[in-house]
Amino acid sequence: MAEFVANGFIRFDAIVPQEINERGIEEMRRLEVERFAPDGLKPPHTGTPLEECYPPPSAIGDYLRLPQIRGIIESFVGPNPTFDHDWTHHIRPHATYTQPLHVDAITDSSDPTFDVQLFWYPHDVAPGEGGTRFVPGSHLRRVRSSGLDRYQHIAGERQFAGPAGTVVVFHHGLWHAGQPNAGEGDRWMHKVRLNPTVPQVRLWNTEDLPALQNPPSDHIFARILPDSVAQILRTMHPWMSITDYRNEQVQRSKLWRYLTGDDTYDVDHYLTRLEGRAALVGA
Amino acid sequence: MRRQQVLYLWSNGSALDSATVGWAFHDGTDGTGPELPDSSPPYANGVAALRDGWMLLQSSQLTPPLPGEEHLNHYLEYEFVFERRIDT
Repeated sequence: MAEFVANGFIRFDAIVPQEINERGIEEMRRLEVERFAPDGLKPPHTGTPLEECYPPPSAIGDYLRLPQIRGIIESFVGPNPTFDHDWTHHIRPHATYTQPLHVDAITDSSDPTFDVQLFWYPHDVAPGEGGTRFVPGSHLRRVRSSGLDRYQHIAGERQFAGPAGTVVVFHHGLWHAGQPNAGEGDRWMHKVRLNPTVPQVRLWNTEDLPALQNPPSDHIFARILPDSVAQILRTMHPWMSITDYRNEQVQRSKLWRYLTGDDTYDVDHYLTRLEGRAALVGA
Repeated sequence: MRRQQVLYLWSNGSALDSATVGWAFHDGTDGTGPELPDSSPPYANGVAALRDGWMLLQSSQLTPPLPGEEHLNHYLEYEFVFERRIDT
């Protein structure tokens, strides 16, 4: 979870069985064609509880009902999330269109709540064959989507490549873009956005948290706890300035406070220092 | 006829010799002019671009954070825009 907070995504290679992957491609193909047709396969209505979405027979439903996928979903958005929307992202062979870098939906509010977006790649994706481009660590920034068009290249950005059945979970704020497909085959991917319906506090397996949760005194220029959450939240991505990096540590600490219910959590004293001084005013 | 090539560099600091962390290229010559160096990034910093013949058009203003937004990040902060004019 700390890696998700620091990077804005987490990846599970080949987590969906091949049989579901194969049926999934066919269902994505149908959904692409029939979504806006008078009849045929339709996505769920926005706001539908996830457990009511994609009823059998459905490969997409079978994938989302896999115990390991339900566990992932529950860890981020709880046991009863609702369906926001989905889309089948189909990039044909030799497609040359490069989608501009963007963030989905609108500029975020200031609270730390978040949606997740699951990107399911049901077949092998070779490097350069249409895998999604994304910028690790970009998810907590406050931007307008079209403002990102300008960035053709960012140091440290990645383009997905991986085996069939891989699912990548994105924080909804992660900057990303579709890419050309230089390969000979169709590139299919199903993206679904899920909204939490409960506070996202300690929803994942937190057995190891007491050992890893560093105290607020943890400071890189003083003393630190090795192998702690703070060590992960100190991840500096190659495109960040030092100011970016420190501000990101503040934003990650705020998100970690929300996720753990620990209002004193801090990394490198940034929040604690300011909160301590603020308490002096009028004291 | 003279055509313009435009290069954006984003740096990890406010100085022109700060390290490049992002870039974009727009080619008014439609491919008939010189290309960028085949490296990633094309220039390690803005000074390297100057030395390759690029002319600085604009650098981003240094703006203080708005009250209440001191610890929020948004766009890449340090943007340098260059041009070179190519006879085609």
